Amino acid sequence: MILHGLKTALTGLKTNKSRTILTILGIVIGVTAIILIASLGQGAQNLILGEIQGIGSKTIGISPGRQPKGLSDMASTLTDSLKQKDADALNKKENVPHASDIMPLVFSSQNATFENQSYQPTIYGVSPLFAKIYDVTPEEGNLFDDEDVKSYANVVVIGSKVKDELFGNDNALGQKIKIKGQNFKVIGILGKKGQSALVNFDTAAILPYTTAQQYILGIKYFNRIVVQADSEANVDVTVQDIKTTLRNNHDITDPTKDDFFVETQADAMKSVSTVTDVLTLFLISVAAISLVVGGVGIMNIMLVSVTERTREIGLRKALGATRGNIMTQFLLEATVLTTVGGLIGILLGAGFSYLIAVILSKALNLDWGFAFPVSASIIGIGVSAAIGLVFGLYPARKAAKKSPIEALRYE
Amino acid sequence: MSVIELKNIEKIYFDEDVETHVLRGVSFNINAGEFVAIMGPSGSGKSTLLHILGFLDRHTKGEYRFEGKTIDDYSDEELAHIRNKKMGFIFQAFNLLRRTTVLENVKLPLLYSGIKESKWSDMAKIAIEAVGLSHRLGHEPSQLSGGEQQRVAIARALVNNPEVIFADEPTGNLDSKSGKIVMDILQKLNEEKGHTIVLITHETNTAQHAKRIIRVRDGVIENDDLVRRRLTNGEFVK
Repeated sequence: MILHGLKTALTGLKTNKSRTILTILGIVIGVTAIILIASLGQGAQNLILGEIQGIGSKTIGISPGRQPKGLSDMASTLTDSLKQKDADALNKKENVPHASDIMPLVFSSQNATFENQSYQPTIYGVSPLFAKIYDVTPEEGNLFDDEDVKSYANVVVIGSKVKDELFGNDNALGQKIKIKGQNFKVIGILGKKGQSALVNFDTAAILPYTTAQQYILGIKYFNRIVVQADSEANVDVTVQDIKTTLRNNHDITDPTKDDFFVETQADAMKSVSTVTDVLTLFLISVAAISLVVGGVGIMNIMLVSVTERTREIGLRKALGATRGNIMTQFLLEATVLTTVGGLIGILLGAGFSYLIAVILSKALNLDWGFAFPVSASIIGIGVSAAIGLVFGLYPARKAAKKSPIEALRYE
Repeated sequence: MSVIELKNIEKIYFDEDVETHVLRGVSFNINAGEFVAIMGPSGSGKSTLLHILGFLDRHTKGEYRFEGKTIDDYSDEELAHIRNKKMGFIFQAFNLLRRTTVLENVKLPLLYSGIKESKWSDMAKIAIEAVGLSHRLGHEPSQLSGGEQQRVAIARALVNNPEVIFADEPTGNLDSKSGKIVMDILQKLNEEKGHTIVLITHETNTAQHAKRIIRVRDGVIENDDLVRRRLTNGEFVK
């Protein structure tokens, strides 16, 4: 009965092709939008997560202040709780045995000038471990060494964009650029990495952190301390060791009073996932509204269909169809209608997002992969079918209630 | 044995306090194997009577027994099942499904019968054979003449091998030649297969294919008589 009903429904849809297409357009558009959003959201998430992973999953970041509870809470990270003695304590093997690299980090944005050219690079104050942690080495010249850090050397390594802005095609190595009234000798130039990197070093000016603290920022604390565990397996232990060490250093006994927070690669990935998931979900719910509109369209056309087929309903009843039979028939038709719409929507959505993925990766040179959103597709089909059921219910009930003689008499 | 027993059947339509008495106490029995024509002018209540007989409508007062059981005891769903298994309907306007082949049209009652789908085609083909349209299986109603369409409708009424076939003005939309073919088929079904046939008509010629004529006027039976001179193959017989 159901199988036969399905066949009948499909035949009915085929005989009324143009109407069928117009009717399901709303559902098609809705599902297409949902699949598109879900796919692009997934693609963006994969891209960002890939970037984070590129930094290395052994990387642990320590920030001052509390973990921000929200955007308005960001100010809580702007404290001066991370100091040189913390870095020193962390550097002691007995405190954090599995830390292989520990690098203090300060950053800011300052104007840099060379002759009459000026540019505002992002200032990074780092240690020579920078090259290893971020996997960046100067294309020309060298990075500073530990001696430069100890001696507050006035040296700088600049990103490709900074070089272009300040020096054009001229040689930059050995030249001195001015930041905050101080001269810094350019000892290295980074190669072009492009927008794809999560941290864009093209626009960076990289100095020894001591130099940056002393001459540019005028601070004695760090904006971050980056720690690398010796292996991925030891990340969790290392996080615990770091916390214990810093609490000892800061005389903190109650962990809720921590004036620092430790974030691992996994945490960062989780928070990025949360943000993109929420964003995707929000966009999907906007798109879902069009599904509801599509459902109303289905209801409308099903009501027309019920009226048009009054005689058929009467006939079927006369031939022995029960209310349930008629109800099932019309519900099936509505559901088949919306499910077909959903399927087309999934194909279109997947097609469009594939196209966009190709365009993004070609045109913007992004590492943007096409992600077919399996779960969104399953949900899309399910929701389409459910919409057919819900919006088909009223017309189907109306059909089932028709009295056979009234229906047969209907002209 | 009486298939149909009517006792003082009344049908009253209520429309915003206005009562319309369509049937005012109708009583008769129809035995298995009878061929009855119900005649009467329009507005006489003959169509309403047929609808009540075919469970398409419920009577207001009186008692209707089908195969010995009063139909008041049945739910709408049970009535639908009985209608499906024991009754066949033929309408004046044929009422075939458009854009649906002859074969599929004839299968329609089987859809609600609980019979296995694998048997449908064979059953439908036997019924179509009985009305002589085996060469038209794949045609759609729009490709058939009126007479052929009505024969498809007869095949559809036959497919479940029903006890009673109700025919509501079956020749009303046909020319006299096609009408005669349709009536001959009905007569043959009655005589050779033993189907009980209840025919509604206002044409005396058509009614004379039946064995008995019930005349209705203003909601009451005016006259209930056996046909003395039956029309068979165009010839009147005793």
